[in-house]
Amino acid sequence: MTRKERETLIDPLFNDNPIGVQVLGICSALAVTTKLETSVVMSLAVIAVLTLSNLAVSLVRNLVPPSIRIIVQLTIIASLVIVTDQVLKAFMFEISKQLSVFVGLIITNCIVMGRAEAFAMQNGPKLSIIDGLGNGLGYGVVLLFVGFFRELLGSGKIYGITVLQVSTEGGWYVPNGLMVLAPGAFFLIALFIFLNRTFNPNAAATE
Amino acid sequence: MGRSVGYIIGFAVAICLVCSVFVAGSAVALKDRQEKNKVTDRQKKVLTVIGVKDVGSKSAEEVEQLFNQKAKARVVDLATGAYDDGIDATAFDARKAAKDPLLGMDAPANKAGIKRVSKKVVVYEVSEGGKLVTVVLPIEGKGLWSTLYGFLALDANDLNTVKGITFYQHGETPGLGGEVDNPSWKAKWAGRRAFGDDGEPAIRVVKGAAPPVSEAPHKIDGLSGATLTANGVTYLVQFWLGENGFGPYLKRLKKGGKA
Repeated sequence: MTRKERETLIDPLFNDNPIGVQVLGICSALAVTTKLETSVVMSLAVIAVLTLSNLAVSLVRNLVPPSIRIIVQLTIIASLVIVTDQVLKAFMFEISKQLSVFVGLIITNCIVMGRAEAFAMQNGPKLSIIDGLGNGLGYGVVLLFVGFFRELLGSGKIYGITVLQVSTEGGWYVPNGLMVLAPGAFFLIALFIFLNRTFNPNAAATE
Repeated sequence: MGRSVGYIIGFAVAICLVCSVFVAGSAVALKDRQEKNKVTDRQKKVLTVIGVKDVGSKSAEEVEQLFNQKAKARVVDLATGAYDDGIDATAFDARKAAKDPLLGMDAPANKAGIKRVSKKVVVYEVSEGGKLVTVVLPIEGKGLWSTLYGFLALDANDLNTVKGITFYQHGETPGLGGEVDNPSWKAKWAGRRAFGDDGEPAIRVVKGAAPPVSEAPHKIDGLSGATLTANGVTYLVQFWLGENGFGPYLKRLKKGGKA
């Protein structure tokens, strides 16, 4: 793996994290992170869509007429999202029910279109796949961070396994109601952004 | 990079064709699996409400086997309460039918926020040794934010004692109204009586804790911080047990043992 490839893969994890630094794709990061399990599946879905859409867009990048390039990217992304949704419904029905419309809404996730337009249109297929993977993982890192704390503090569980026995079931822990609501995710994402920008000297977009 | 108009249109058509093949292909190839998931899902809910433990951890085959052993789906005409065996109960979708201009109808005025109901609905009858022991009725209605969908199980001996309730789909506030799917709250329904002495639906969710069954057979513990969701549950349960809901069906069952 060349140095450029490594950077393409690693940079989006923290230094140029799509949620933490570029602040894209916030909507789904709020909606699906009340539990770790849904966060994991959503991350995998976004990684799959992002990698494949980058590959597809990169393959046709020299053929696409510039005047219709956005709508072409959108068509490709939308098709991939529908296929992903169908696969989830067929093989992970319970979780797909919990994710409900948010799988479909990957279409509108700015990260996917952002990478297609900003990266895959200018780079070859191999590098584009790596870029998609890296950004998908960067999205996943934030989702897992948020999902972990929301599930732990909001319902006393980690991946569905009870860690803190909540008071309504005879334990000592009084769950934090804020964590299961969307504002709880805002605080956690803000915390992630703060930690990343403060303690990571390589974080991009610092003034 | 100037391209001719012909090229642009040709490219657009080609992309659309390729993409549509992918989308249609995946939809067709995975349809059977998805349909099966939906059936299993419904069977799981019914099994849960009649008190089968650990349904969630069972495989699809186990669920199907258990379901076929225990329960039978029947289509019932809401207005007359009679069975309609001309319709395949396993494939009938009452929620879709409610929206259909012919199969559905406007709901009579009600407090449960129900606008359309299907003329025919699917009930599940559980028999043991040839004798009907439980009837499972689908229920739905407005809570605070969302429509709640669930099942109510009644003891077939008196058609009055509640065996269980479950809500499998809702969008209430997690931790507050969302507690309608808390197992320990749902367990409080078992043993309560659905109807009062006058035969009208009397079961309701009260504020605070309800006294034991012997003292207050019609009252259910409230959900703290969720008065509106609790009221919604009261209204919707009363609607479905009443004249415009399953009243005629339950009456028929009571009369003849058969609808």
